[in-house]
Amino acid sequence: MKLAILHELNAERAARRPAILVTDTENGEQRLVKSADFAKDPLRAELDKQLRMGKSGNVEAGGKKLFLNVYAPTAKLVIVGAVHISQALAPLARSLGYDVTVVDPRTAFASPERFPDIPLVAEWPDTALPPLNVDAYTAFVAVTHDPKIDDPALLHAFERNCFYIGALGSRKTHAKRGDRLRAQGAKDTDIARIHAPIGLAIGAVSPSEIAVSIMAEITAVLRLPPKEKEEAA
Amino acid sequence: MLDRDEDILKAAEDWQKAGRGVALATVVETWGSAPRPAGSSLVINDEGTFLGSVSGGCVEGAVVTEAMDVIQSGKPRMLEFGVADETAWNVGLSCGGTIRVFVEKVG
Repeated sequence: MKLAILHELNAERAARRPAILVTDTENGEQRLVKSADFAKDPLRAELDKQLRMGKSGNVEAGGKKLFLNVYAPTAKLVIVGAVHISQALAPLARSLGYDVTVVDPRTAFASPERFPDIPLVAEWPDTALPPLNVDAYTAFVAVTHDPKIDDPALLHAFERNCFYIGALGSRKTHAKRGDRLRAQGAKDTDIARIHAPIGLAIGAVSPSEIAVSIMAEITAVLRLPPKEKEEAA
Repeated sequence: MLDRDEDILKAAEDWQKAGRGVALATVVETWGSAPRPAGSSLVINDEGTFLGSVSGGCVEGAVVTEAMDVIQSGKPRMLEFGVADETAWNVGLSCGGTIRVFVEKVG
């Protein structure tokens, strides 16, 4: 690997931007495709698929055998609300490989006793969220049921273009939430991005089951191609 | 999930910049129950120091030896390991899988 390519790849990784290294395994020729350049690449379909799966693999193109090495950032999950569901959700998400952080200004909720080993930030979203570097590789869930906490958190998630945004609450609660967020400047397209009621409809009852339905929904959004994603939602 | 190779590529760059000869070994294909998935990698310098793994310990020794040659020659090579391999008795994969490892010089 040429040093220039390695340097560029490390810069993309440090910035948490995905990239794919394409290697002709016959002769060692290589090129790095940054995510911003996927759309204009001749291998775009293959690049998109491999990245979505987070999986490296081989393709044949133009008589060449190419190895596509996928470098995708570790996905993050930010949970706003140190509630009962979060106690089940945090360890489950971690077992799926997410970097998990729980945010809740209410110190009685955000206590290490309730969340052993999980990074906790007992601050209001305005203070807690900016240092977390929420980005397009972040899933974001707001589950406090308290608009004072959930609403500013959701506005932050819109701004940072999270790949998944979910919020707890019935359709009725969600309609009211939409009105409040619009009044604070959110666009209809932002509101439409919120998965609410949160989680896949699997008849979840207990906090742990709801955690499973949330992680199933996040997984579907992360892994499924756009069309199948719509069908699953 | 995607947290592999955390320090490996950084080490590759740092070692190269410090004037060391460096090679990168990457699993490019697996069959059967291979211990580490395609994309897993190992970085080696000319002192024989290495970071990362391509098989969880089964064939690293052989990969490091080959990598030394690649650092010398500058020419990439493809290695294959598996139970069907003649060298299986020495460095085969006990899990019964087969892996192909691409070894290239850095820089």
